Amino acid sequence: MLNTPPCVGSCSEFPRLPRAGRRGADASTVCAPAAAPLGAEKAVTCLLSLGWLVPLLALLGYVGHVFLGQRAKQWSALFGIVALALGFALSVGMLAQTIGGASIDVSVPWLSMGGINVPMGFSIGPLQAVMLTMVTFVSCFIEIYSMGYMKGDIRYNRFFANVTLFVAGMLTAVVANNFILFFAAWEIMGLCSYLLIGHWFEDPANGRAATKAFLVTRIGDVGLLLGIWWCFTLTHTFQFAALPGDLAALHLPAATLNAIALLIFLGAVGKSAQVPLQIWLPDAMAGPTPISALIHAATMVAAGVYLVARTYPIFQMAPSALFWVGLVGAVSAFIPATIACVQTDIKKVLAYSTISQLGYMMLGLGVGAMEAGIFHLLTHAFFKALLFLAAGSVIHAAGTQNMHEMGGLWKKQRWTAATFIIGSLALAAIPPMSGFFSKDAILAAAYVSPDPVFYWLGTVAAGLTAYYMTRVVLMTFFGSPRSEHVYEHAHESPAVMVVPLVVLAVPAAALGLAAGFLRHLLAPGYIKPDVGLIEFVPLLFAIAGFLWAYALYTAPLARRAALLRSPLIAAPYTLFKQLWFFDHAGSVVTYVLGLGPSFVIGAFDRYVVDGLVNACGSLCLWLGRMCRRLSVGNAQAYMLTIAVAVVIGLVALQFQAMGG
Amino acid sequence: MIAVQGVPLVDFLLLGALLFCVGLFAALRRSNAIMILMGIEVMLNAVNINLVAFSRYLPRGGDRGQAFAVFVLAVAAAEAAVGLAMVIIVSRRRGTIEIEEISDMRG
Amino acid sequence: MATGGFPLLTVLTFVPALGAVAVALLPGEAKRAIRGVATGALAVPLLIVVGMLFAFRYGQAGLQFVQRVDWIPAWHVQYFLGIDGLSLVMLLLSALIGVLAAIASYSIDQRVKEYFVWFLILQTGILGVFCAQDLILFIFFFDIVLLPMYFLIAIWGGPRREYAAPTSQIYTFTGSVLMLVAFLAIYFLTGAQSFAIPDLPALISQHIGHGVQLLLFAVIFVGFAIKLPVVPFHTWLPDAHVEAPTPISVILAAVLLKIGGYGLLRIAEPLLPVAAHTLAPLLGVMGVVNIIYGALAAMSQHDFKKLVAYSSVSHMGFVLLGIAVATPLGIAGAIFVMVSHGLISAMLFLMVGVFYDRTHTRELSRLGGMYRTLPLAGTILAFAALGNLGLPALSGFIGEFFTLTGVFGSFRVLAFWTVVGLVLVAAFNLMLMQRVVMGPVRPEWKELAPMSARELVTLVPLMGGILLLGTVPAVLVNVINTPAAQIVARLGGG
Repeated sequence: MLNTPPCVGSCSEFPRLPRAGRRGADASTVCAPAAAPLGAEKAVTCLLSLGWLVPLLALLGYVGHVFLGQRAKQWSALFGIVALALGFALSVGMLAQTIGGASIDVSVPWLSMGGINVPMGFSIGPLQAVMLTMVTFVSCFIEIYSMGYMKGDIRYNRFFANVTLFVAGMLTAVVANNFILFFAAWEIMGLCSYLLIGHWFEDPANGRAATKAFLVTRIGDVGLLLGIWWCFTLTHTFQFAALPGDLAALHLPAATLNAIALLIFLGAVGKSAQVPLQIWLPDAMAGPTPISALIHAATMVAAGVYLVARTYPIFQMAPSALFWVGLVGAVSAFIPATIACVQTDIKKVLAYSTISQLGYMMLGLGVGAMEAGIFHLLTHAFFKALLFLAAGSVIHAAGTQNMHEMGGLWKKQRWTAATFIIGSLALAAIPPMSGFFSKDAILAAAYVSPDPVFYWLGTVAAGLTAYYMTRVVLMTFFGSPRSEHVYEHAHESPAVMVVPLVVLAVPAAALGLAAGFLRHLLAPGYIKPDVGLIEFVPLLFAIAGFLWAYALYTAPLARRAALLRSPLIAAPYTLFKQLWFFDHAGSVVTYVLGLGPSFVIGAFDRYVVDGLVNACGSLCLWLGRMCRRLSVGNAQAYMLTIAVAVVIGLVALQFQAMGG
Repeated sequence: MIAVQGVPLVDFLLLGALLFCVGLFAALRRSNAIMILMGIEVMLNAVNINLVAFSRYLPRGGDRGQAFAVFVLAVAAAEAAVGLAMVIIVSRRRGTIEIEEISDMRG
Repeated sequence: MATGGFPLLTVLTFVPALGAVAVALLPGEAKRAIRGVATGALAVPLLIVVGMLFAFRYGQAGLQFVQRVDWIPAWHVQYFLGIDGLSLVMLLLSALIGVLAAIASYSIDQRVKEYFVWFLILQTGILGVFCAQDLILFIFFFDIVLLPMYFLIAIWGGPRREYAAPTSQIYTFTGSVLMLVAFLAIYFLTGAQSFAIPDLPALISQHIGHGVQLLLFAVIFVGFAIKLPVVPFHTWLPDAHVEAPTPISVILAAVLLKIGGYGLLRIAEPLLPVAAHTLAPLLGVMGVVNIIYGALAAMSQHDFKKLVAYSSVSHMGFVLLGIAVATPLGIAGAIFVMVSHGLISAMLFLMVGVFYDRTHTRELSRLGGMYRTLPLAGTILAFAALGNLGLPALSGFIGEFFTLTGVFGSFRVLAFWTVVGLVLVAAFNLMLMQRVVMGPVRPEWKELAPMSARELVTLVPLMGGILLLGTVPAVLVNVINTPAAQIVARLGGG
């Protein structure tokens, strides 16, 4: 639909691809194992040159859903699952090859318009291969899980169709080698999130949440679009590969580069739900839980971080822009973490934790540790998908999202609880879970950066993370059941839901082992700064957060209530509970800039503009009526007029003759 | 200038003007369709008197004026025929020939 | 410029008129025969245009399929038809929309014969406008379009048709009179022995002073601005749309508005390039005002059809912007937006009709939950609305993206405000979907007839076109690159 250039038919054709555009657009491959025999090298190139197939497979899955899904009943889910599984296999193969240092960047001519040439193509490097592997893996298991979660849903097939399209969009964004294809995929993701958040649209609140998500991310898109056009106006290329070099060659003033980078970053802020555009993400919980997992882990929000990583060379030329990336990241890590501490909806806690974790990724990118940010993106994808799916399993069983009605579910849902706890430990960055390694790398880089405030915001947020996750685990799985009805009703989910949990728990726990490998792959030569014992400060904060939460939530309810009455706690509590008033501000902005002007313009149009037009018409009609008085429709009156006129004329002539 | 049996041109013209005014008054003020038609006939004949008088009195008048008068008579006859026919139709359909009462097409 | 040969364009233009005669000769009760003949007479131009797509030489500048004979020799008026790439895409669009609107007209059941007679005359006028290369001939066809439009709205329209039909009529006719005045002024001021568009630019730059050129441009611009329409000359459009029957709304939005943009590109810009250059920033500002004003006004509407009408106003702002930029990219973008909007607005108005036929209301507050009741119709409406908001992979995106790429190079500030407008465009489209497609199912709309095959037949080609232009825009862009470059070359020459 939006990708798949008519690309290589077979490997041997590859070198004869039509060369398009400018140097950046040319096909270029780098095959690393120089010592390998020629045939092997060719095979390497060949697999990478199939990179476009990964998103295409997902797209084919979507097409299958659309045209055959209704007939396939509950088996329609297999269209997407099989497509993603194949994509995963291909991605793993490509990842293996990129480890050898291979990469590819292929373009074909797509459009020549008004004197500009726009090629279309894809590129696969280590970053892309890693992302493809993660996205296909996570989303494949999310779909398998959804077979159980969405069973019996009225729009079962539509759900899977949209999910598959969503993933296709993400995969396209990952492999895109130019801004246009990237932006197209980016918007398709926005569309799918819109459709999926509004999946149960019968409730108008869900529809409103979907609209909000689309519009808020669209505000970010404004920046991204302007950034793209600015780049193009300067360099006449949309290609990722060529852009940084071309920009550098122009010796632009720093202000221009900063402005471009910040505009692109604005797109990422919208998509990755960073402060102050984070307001859409918690509302997006209106969608089915697997969608939350998908949006929060593998797609959508990850795309924003990926965008910054993909255009990182531009950011590296713009230090002030990087500072802002770091600042927005640090603030986004901190503020939502505080909000997560006071939420009672289990999904909302996870939603705010996602914003917070995305903040860490941006922080990592902002302080120059690109590979640490991406590493956190990967670990987060696994453990956040796991957490959401486990939370979905709880919701499925309990029939409520309110943690005040849960409690003691450990006895009913052993598997769910165990995997949820693994995810929580990873999120709270407790060693040896994966989250510890990735967050640690970011904070270490932040520590050596010139702005210590980044580090401290991140570290405090780490403590808050441990606090709110402990709170969730205690309120949900332990203690005594607060609602008899919910407890009676609860049960362990079916295997189709539990197996994905277990599978996802493995990388969530163990991906930390791959830290060194990934660093080598993504940023060869980068050495993690050695910060000595400082490395364990965030861990201390986390343990403190854990202990505080444990003390509070194993204590009687009255104790907590008493605590809330002290002004020292109550003031921030209100602030957090009111989401730092961001949503209020958002409503004000909506009214001041959108609905208000719309109302004014609507009235202006109806009464002033159209009023003037009608006034012109009325004036003519009035003149007509005046003239009509003269023509009474009586021939005799007309004749009288004529006679009088003739007499007057004759008299006048007479006078003239006499005067002359 | 030769007077016709001592009657000067101005008397003919005065008669014509008088007749024209009578005809005009009838055409304008009467509401009976036949009276209006008659008013028009009177006006036409007033013109005829003028034409004939001028043709007699003007030095090189010839008989063109009289020829015109005959023309006018012919047209007047035709007009009277059509007008009266319409009046008869109207009177049959409406039972009246008062023009105030047949003003349907008035805007 | 090749003259002679088979008068293909004459046939193309007047087959619908012949069809009108044929329909007029049929008995009024033979509704099926009338519909069949009318559709046939509308399909012939489509087939001819499709045939011309193959015979057309795309890289060649200048007019093709030319036919040029004296028409009123005393005043040097010529019967001069010819097309370039710009005319070709407009012909294709209007021929296609003509057939689809005719099929959509099968639901008209009153005074069928008269309806199709007017419809066919309308189509002759439209096709003629896009072929005419003589100013007087252009005005002739331009005014032919107006008359049937009046009757089609005034007889088959909605409850307020007696207000809407004359208003829109007088408004657009004012525009045509203004243009006629300007054309005559050009004729007399240059002393040209011709009204032929290709003959005039050189004479104008020789004989007419800069100030007068500005005045002439302004007058011609207002004429086309009413048609396009440009704020503040737009208020006739929502009224006309609301009252017009569905197929006529489709033609109005998809084709008639394009006459405004086409006229600017065919007549105003090439004839008065210096004035166009001087006034370009003003045009650009008006374009942005159109986009934002139209979007905000659309957001405040309660009537489904009015909302879509204001969305047209908003999108025509992109056309104006692209024309103002006056680079090959901007002009090509403007043409692309015209075609894409033709397809998308046609879809939207057809969908308004689909819902109105079933619910007999266009009040947005009374609709809702339609995706649940009519899943297919809901999906198609969503498709159209998403195309309208500029979703990539659909045609709206390509036109807007590349127009704005051009705009950014020339008017950076305008590009910024336009992108703000894009958020508003997205907002009203999503509000539309929220109110019609989503939400709880109302009890009164629980049982609605599913979409008929005839409705699908009118919609599927449009969907295909939108998708095709969105993914493989080269098929259209290759046709319009040459005329766009030519228009810009003339501007540079001035």
